[in-house]
Amino acid sequence: MESVLRIEGLHKSFDDLHVLKGIDLNIEKGDIVAIIGSSGSGKSTLLRCINFLEMPSKGRIYFKNKLIGNEIKKKNRKPQIKYKESQLCKVRTHIGMVFQQFNLFPHMTAIENVMEGLKSVLKIDKSTAKKKAKEKLEMVGMMEKADIYPSRLSGGQQQRVAIARSLAMDPEVMLFDEATSALDPELVGEVLKTMEDLSSTGMTMLIVTHEIEFAYTVSNHVIFIHEGIIHEQGTPKEIFSNPKRQRTKEFLAGFRHFEN
Amino acid sequence: MDYKWDFLIVLKNIDPLISGLYGTLLLSSVSLILGLITGLILALLRLSKFKPVNVFALYFIEIFRCTPPLVQLYWIFYALPILINISLGPFESAIIALSLGSGAYFAEIFRGGIVSIARGQWEAGKSLGMSYFTLMLRIILPQAIKRMLPAFVNRAVELVKTTPLVAVIGYSDLLYQTVLLSQRSYRSLEYFTFAALIYFVILSIGTTLSQYFENKFNN
Amino acid sequence: MGAYNWDFLIVFQNLDVLAKGLLLTFKIAASSLVTGLIIGLVLGGMRLSKKKLLSFPAAVFVEIFRNTPALVQIMWFFYALPILLNLQVSPFMAAFLSLTMNNAAFSAEIYKAGINSIEKGQWEAGKALGMNFLKLMQRVILPQAIKRTIPAFTNRSVELTRMTSLASTIAYGELMYQGRLLSEYLYRPIEIFTTVALIYFIILYTGTIFSGLLEKRLSRSD
Repeated sequence: MESVLRIEGLHKSFDDLHVLKGIDLNIEKGDIVAIIGSSGSGKSTLLRCINFLEMPSKGRIYFKNKLIGNEIKKKNRKPQIKYKESQLCKVRTHIGMVFQQFNLFPHMTAIENVMEGLKSVLKIDKSTAKKKAKEKLEMVGMMEKADIYPSRLSGGQQQRVAIARSLAMDPEVMLFDEATSALDPELVGEVLKTMEDLSSTGMTMLIVTHEIEFAYTVSNHVIFIHEGIIHEQGTPKEIFSNPKRQRTKEFLAGFRHFEN
Repeated sequence: MDYKWDFLIVLKNIDPLISGLYGTLLLSSVSLILGLITGLILALLRLSKFKPVNVFALYFIEIFRCTPPLVQLYWIFYALPILINISLGPFESAIIALSLGSGAYFAEIFRGGIVSIARGQWEAGKSLGMSYFTLMLRIILPQAIKRMLPAFVNRAVELVKTTPLVAVIGYSDLLYQTVLLSQRSYRSLEYFTFAALIYFVILSIGTTLSQYFENKFNN
Repeated sequence: MGAYNWDFLIVFQNLDVLAKGLLLTFKIAASSLVTGLIIGLVLGGMRLSKKKLLSFPAAVFVEIFRNTPALVQIMWFFYALPILLNLQVSPFMAAFLSLTMNNAAFSAEIYKAGINSIEKGQWEAGKALGMNFLKLMQRVILPQAIKRTIPAFTNRSVELTRMTSLASTIAYGELMYQGRLLSEYLYRPIEIFTTVALIYFIILYTGTIFSGLLEKRLSRSD
């Protein structure tokens, strides 16, 4: 299977705080990867390094087997990676991100939000962009609210529009950063359903989530992050039904409502 | 630039400048106190349920906020004495103009602060049998003051920024002495730069204080 | 009010002098407003820059013009600057330069506050779509920032118009100057200054009403 993302030795520090302490990961096309772990473990930071909203302190990230960034060979020292903003912008068009706080553009309607990336970044003409936007809004079930402003939409509706906005760019991989954590409980279901539908289309997805049942049902690989490294990983059955390591067991014990 | 800077001349003539500075500070402090009192009175009038009183205060405030301070000063110095048949010197006119002018702004700050105190506080005090004035003094104002302090300091800074205007009606403040000295010596550059520097120091202290209060009460 | 004989007729007979002054008030206000705004936006951008080389000088400029009285600024530009540059500076030039710089300093702060008020998530959402800095500013940040800062900018404009009266002290012939001249010439300070105050009031009050309406209208579309 084709590798979409490969991460080698990823480290990230914020001043004195060493958050990611060496992540190695390979994501193949069609993988649905659930990333679980407690707050502060580095799950969000990992995602944000993948689309370079945070700059890695050390390590390499490959997109479709091509290194993101330029390797600068230094005499007697390890080669450094230098990143150019224009290159990062280009990579980001292939990686979609859905935020916990939705981050829809408040001064644009739902459909204008979905069209924005197509028009400004991919330079697609208005009518083609509109057609594509309608398609994606239809997919997430938000077509009837196309001309409504975000402030008039519920959290679940806003998040679905946000998903459509990222999907419109036809990304190779979609990143979900705790996409349902900021939603009222009764609105979580509609977003999870949208994500589940998406997973059956063959999209490669990295999902940081606390929704264990969802992760069990939808993902084909689970990663448990603890203190900045991958503490344990495996199939959903392996991790959720039969965790091998102590910390993993302790973490999962906190989700009492989960049944095998 | 072959201009020969000569700040020594400023230092040689520091005495009149210091007396001017004293004039500025005196004027600022007296106007500030009177302005605060005026502002409080106007705010209470604005909060009154008695319509004529309320409307009077409203227009009074709007007139002073929508006319230039210089116009107010000229009117009080040249026009008012004729009207009320009382002679007004530069100092008195300056005090009146600056107090009323700043009072109009202070009134809005007071009003905003008082209104922002939750109804529950009024009701709690009333049910204890407090009179309006006791309530104001003991419950409402103490809480409101905290919120209004940054805005008050800002306004006080604005007040000090307005004081140089009184030089044009002959009150001996820092600017007046600066103009006098620079006219005599042809050293306008040094004198005006010096004056600007003094004002800068005073006002910077004010704005720093305002920042301090804002940070203190927002956290 | 005693036995004062109000005589507004004399004011009407000399209205053209005041009108001339009013025109110059608009001239200095409009020119300083526009120029100050443009320079202010540039300064604001410098203030927001991460490069110390840009942000520090801008900060110094802003602090100087915000922490010195406007009248002192005008007089400095009229009396001190000519000596520094060895050039003649007309009353208009001195008033224009000082009011422009004053406006620029305040505008820079408004602009900076406006940009900083846009939450981080908006920057991240745009970046995640692949937008570069310019595109982000143009499509996401500025449209929102402008909406938020318009009330502050209109308040500033009213304040600037109010400040133009200071130019009368350096003999620029705007409304206040003409009023003072007329009052000395006609010995009727009460009527003249009352009229001048009234004219200013009408202009500035209209300005604040307009500003208030604009603020209401903008907050409605949220």
